[in-house]
Amino acid sequence: MIYFDKVSKIYPDESKALDGISFGVEPNEFITIVGHSGAGKSTLMKMLIAEDRPTHGAVFFESANIHKLKKSQMNKLRRRIGMVFQDYRLIPNKTAYENIAFAMEASGHTENEIASDVPHVLELVDLGKKIWSFPHELSGGEKQRVAIARAIVTQPDIIIADEPTGNLDPVNTFEIIKILQKIHKLGTTVLLTTHNTGIIDEIGGRVITMEKGKIIKDDKHGKYVL
Amino acid sequence: MIFTHFKRITRTGFVNFWRNGFLSFSAVIVLTLSLGVFGALIFGSAFGRALIKEVKNKVDINVYFVLDAEEPDILALRKTIESLPEVEKVEYVSRDLALTEFKDKWKDNSLILQGLDEIGDNPFPAVLNIKAKEPSQYAGIATFLDSKNSLSKDGSNIVEKVNYNQNKLIIDRLGRIIPAVEKVGSIIAILLVIVAVIITFNTIRLIIFTSKDEISVMKLVGASNMYIRGPFVVSGIMYGIFSGILTLILLAAFAYYSDAIIMKFSGVQGAKDFSLLVNVFSSYFIQNFGQIFAIIMGSGIILGAISSYLAVKRYLRV
Repeated sequence: MIYFDKVSKIYPDESKALDGISFGVEPNEFITIVGHSGAGKSTLMKMLIAEDRPTHGAVFFESANIHKLKKSQMNKLRRRIGMVFQDYRLIPNKTAYENIAFAMEASGHTENEIASDVPHVLELVDLGKKIWSFPHELSGGEKQRVAIARAIVTQPDIIIADEPTGNLDPVNTFEIIKILQKIHKLGTTVLLTTHNTGIIDEIGGRVITMEKGKIIKDDKHGKYVL
Repeated sequence: MIFTHFKRITRTGFVNFWRNGFLSFSAVIVLTLSLGVFGALIFGSAFGRALIKEVKNKVDINVYFVLDAEEPDILALRKTIESLPEVEKVEYVSRDLALTEFKDKWKDNSLILQGLDEIGDNPFPAVLNIKAKEPSQYAGIATFLDSKNSLSKDGSNIVEKVNYNQNKLIIDRLGRIIPAVEKVGSIIAILLVIVAVIITFNTIRLIIFTSKDEISVMKLVGASNMYIRGPFVVSGIMYGIFSGILTLILLAAFAYYSDAIIMKFSGVQGAKDFSLLVNVFSSYFIQNFGQIFAIIMGSGIILGAISSYLAVKRYLRV
């Protein structure tokens, strides 16, 4: 489904964020990428949504080189990827409903689909009562649940969650992980980055350990090196 | 689909305009100031044109004829002068009319009228008052009058005096000053418009800068550039509409109170001196409202829309 082919990212000051990374993602996998801050986890995620470009190598999504796609093709690809960020990245002047509806509108859904799917997805993340709340009226955990609802509402092929629990307390952290697991069980591929080893112990499954821009371990049974 | 997109973009633009309350208010105020500059230029130009027209109207060439000049000769000369391309208007005052006007003017002064009676005959010559289209053209008309065209059919000179030389100084000065004033006025106007456009553009750019994270999120959920940019352009159009309305209200208020303002600043005598300029703003505003409305609203909407369009562009490169 996704393949990173010898991807390197070297910044103008010669620092290497990624150093010849190669690995593949199969459909319906739940992959946790673990590593300390600066290991290159977020840069790797940015490559996948073309928010950043590799210096060397290529990233393929179903045989298409992501960084060679035209603007319109890139927009279509991004609609197939749901993104969840550590800092939520909700649109501040839109309500929870509108933040989620926007992603559907961008994907070309009709008003009827939006009106039925948005409340449903908010119920799924247990935020049915906060449907008309603005982001500043929500707690960190609630904001992240809205962000997850936004990511899954268009039924993407893959969810990329970049340190989604980085700003959350332990209770909210495990709430978010449970939601991601539930989404995975419904058939969506999940790519999660974290530096929280407690999460990995909870999730299990395939774990990729990164250090200084390189993969130092890729284990199918939840083992990591930190 | 296009209609649905258009509807969503318009709705989002409207909603953002109201929700961004203070930022929208700031944009409207700055845009109003810019449009106020446009309005001031429109009024300034109207005032300048009225003033120049007034001064131009006060200048003419008067051709005084010898007392025994025959009227057909005078009228023939008038016809010749009227055929000159630089002549705007020729007014003929016959000897009888000149006498009647004089008597009418001094009807309350018996001493002067008595003196006139003592002379016996009508002492007033016939006059042709000539107005040129431009002050610079009076020299050419004077030269023409000095030529043989001013001779009667039998070859005698019927022109007693042409007062061009007495008016020459003021006419020459006007001929030089008016184009210079128009040129300087145009340069100042262009500079003011450029400054207003830059200030407006930068204000809207600052407002959109606060939305740069929002724009990047929109890009990451796969929204097209048109879909992201559209609401900002709609909000820009809203800034233009609201500031246009505000500017028109301010201009109307200024036009309405302009006479009182002129009176206050120039004093009663000054206002008398400018008697023909009274109502220049209010009548100009009423007569040209359609044009002023189109310029102010059009400039506001175009300025708001283009500034927003360009300001969003730099944040779309995600």
